[in-house]
Amino acid sequence: MDLIWLIPLLPGIGAALNGLLGVRYFSKRVAAGVACVTMGGALLLSIGAFYQLLGAEHREHVVTVAQWIPPIPLATASGEIGAFEVPWAFRLDPLSGMMILIVTGIGFLIHLYSVAYMDHESRGAYARFFCYLNLFCFFMLMLVLGSTFLVMFVGWEGVGLCSYLLIGFWYHKQSASDAGKKAFIVNRVGDWGFMLGIFLIFFTFGTLDFRAVAEAAAEMPVEVGGFGVLSAICLLLFVGAVGKSAQIPLHIWLPDAMEGPTPVSALIHAATMVTAGVYMVGRNAVLFSHAPMVMQVVAWVGVLTALLAATIGLVQTDIKKVLAYSTVSQLGYMFLATGVGAFGAAAFHLMTHAFFKALLFLGSGSVIHAMNDEQDLRRMGNMRLYMPVTFITMFVGSLAIAGVPPFSGFFSKDEILYRTYLNNKLLWGLAVVTAGMTAFYMFRLIFMTFFGEYRGPSWGHQEGEDHAEAHAAADDGHDADAQGHAWHGPHESPGLMTGPLWMLAVGASVAGLVGIPAAFGFRNLIEPFLEPSFTAGAAHEATEHAESHLLEWGLMGFSVLIAIAGIALAYHFYVRRPERSEQLAKHWAGAHRWLTNKYYVDELYGATAIKGTIGSARGLWTVDRHVVDGAVNGAGWLTRACAWVSHVFDKYLVDGMFNLLAWVCTEGSYVFRRVQTGLIQNYAVATLFGVFAFVTMYLIARYVG
Amino acid sequence: MEITPAHYALLSAALFIIGVVGVLVRRNIIIIFMSIELILNAVNINLVANARHLENLVGQVFVVFVIAVAAAEAAVGLGILLAFFRNKETVNIDEMNVMRW
Repeated sequence: MDLIWLIPLLPGIGAALNGLLGVRYFSKRVAAGVACVTMGGALLLSIGAFYQLLGAEHREHVVTVAQWIPPIPLATASGEIGAFEVPWAFRLDPLSGMMILIVTGIGFLIHLYSVAYMDHESRGAYARFFCYLNLFCFFMLMLVLGSTFLVMFVGWEGVGLCSYLLIGFWYHKQSASDAGKKAFIVNRVGDWGFMLGIFLIFFTFGTLDFRAVAEAAAEMPVEVGGFGVLSAICLLLFVGAVGKSAQIPLHIWLPDAMEGPTPVSALIHAATMVTAGVYMVGRNAVLFSHAPMVMQVVAWVGVLTALLAATIGLVQTDIKKVLAYSTVSQLGYMFLATGVGAFGAAAFHLMTHAFFKALLFLGSGSVIHAMNDEQDLRRMGNMRLYMPVTFITMFVGSLAIAGVPPFSGFFSKDEILYRTYLNNKLLWGLAVVTAGMTAFYMFRLIFMTFFGEYRGPSWGHQEGEDHAEAHAAADDGHDADAQGHAWHGPHESPGLMTGPLWMLAVGASVAGLVGIPAAFGFRNLIEPFLEPSFTAGAAHEATEHAESHLLEWGLMGFSVLIAIAGIALAYHFYVRRPERSEQLAKHWAGAHRWLTNKYYVDELYGATAIKGTIGSARGLWTVDRHVVDGAVNGAGWLTRACAWVSHVFDKYLVDGMFNLLAWVCTEGSYVFRRVQTGLIQNYAVATLFGVFAFVTMYLIARYVG
Repeated sequence: MEITPAHYALLSAALFIIGVVGVLVRRNIIIIFMSIELILNAVNINLVANARHLENLVGQVFVVFVIAVAAAEAAVGLGILLAFFRNKETVNIDEMNVMRW
């Protein structure tokens, strides 16, 4: 267990190797080998650590690798000076133990799958892909193993970065790079809340260690009636979770994230990263259970997301979009579970969902691969003849998500429904409706893909086909042909892709068995196991429910009925009478339009947030241009104007005075030079009269004055 | 009839005015020189008369200086006049107007 720090580090090393050397030097085989070996090593270490954890008396183990931030004194709310100190510490406890198994296990399978799936890529892109994938695992493992909020935050941001990089992996495609940016920006909104939450936690508790925070919070009173500091913290953390886990109103990025390669959708946008929000809420279960008001918010956001995403999923025609909305919907279930206080059920569903959703995504990837990058359900059909393995495994996955016993989804979903029923009947009602829709849209996907008539493009080997048609079909937007791969019709995927499908199918079938409800007479293993992660201190609360098993049986039967009804309805609409679904869509054209356009949420954000941002930017630009620039230009103009006035003053007044003087002298001299006649007698007369004048003045002064 | 200082003053003033008018109105430069001599001598009469009246010999000493200066002035003036005459062949003061603008 002391080696758990190696678990995130191994994929990190793989990422560094592939990123620094692989893109330039490694062959495809070496790049894939480095990535898979490091992931395999991490998986083995995780299994070993988990095994030791099961055997340990005290199921909590913290390994501090190094000091990250040395103690910095910072003021806290209590007036004391807290030491802001963050070690690189990793925590292994039941919750993170389960998470590392999911991340490394499913991550490893998806790495194997990608080896075959990404084979069409060029060598550099291949190494780049595995570098990103390994980097993602590095950050994801750091997120789940981190022992303090800040280490978790490093992983949190890191997976966001990798998500961005991988969604935009085919960056030359405009829609892919846009989707990457959208995911990144929408996640920033959530991260804003998460960061504020972390700040508030340090301000309140003076520490960022999960255990210390949980124990301090456990001492505080439950904020039943009011909205105190714990509620504020929880609400901010929940904003972060909403962004990462694509809940309403920040759900818009996840469907667009399907622009990335399908293994990425499976690993990041279904199994692991998007569940980080649920994991984080579960990790802070003590905080959340002290803020019942926020719990209500969480539950309602969860159930509304589940319901709305499921309704949108009903009408999507892109195979990956259906699965994306299904993911959003299932994440809503998990938040519903945490909202009603069933943290164990949420984590349980997180685990089973990771299996069956990764399976479904990989299966859809296999179909897309077989159909030469065709993603539209309407152009598929009858694929079970061409790819039986994919069909069987995806069928298992669909049964699991629809909640048919004894597949995994049944147990986890049923646990959530049961706990919700105990908490709030209205929430339960909405969740059950969602469960029915889930069964319907999943089997709609299965039936449209694998049953009915083949509706896709034709290919060269088909009998009785003339060549012009084949040519037209080949031109029909299939770029792969241009890359030199002649497409010979749908075919089963290679063993490296079907292998992970089989393993995940097994997982999706049996993963639920660890959480069989007590009503079946077995012990529910997973919830008591996870319990220490959700409570403070060693005191275990009694988790036995006093409710009768009869109620649980009844609810269970009801939800199975709902699931089967959904499946039957899908069978009716898409296998027996395919034309009925189109009639229905025409009949309810308005509702259908709302659903296909995803309730116009993107358009709403486009019209408000994006237009608003652009508008205010334009406004500020105008202010800049006219006011700020205007002030500067005005100052310049004023200076010039003053200079001009000064210039005019100088030129006409100052210079003018001197010129006037000179002019007066010049003009005066014409008059006065006449005096100088050169005749001595004139001078003498003047002298005489001068003497007369002076004598007269003297006499007047003397005798008169 | 006793001769009083007033008589000397009147004689001196008469000679002075005759000299001044001669300087101003005559055209011949020799006449003008002579009129200047008249002015100087009018001053001399005045000085001598008052020296006698005031019984102070300074006036008479001053008269000797005036006569010496007048002789020098006449010598320089006649020299200039001769040089001028050799150039212009005239003694008419109206034609002596080269010293002007």
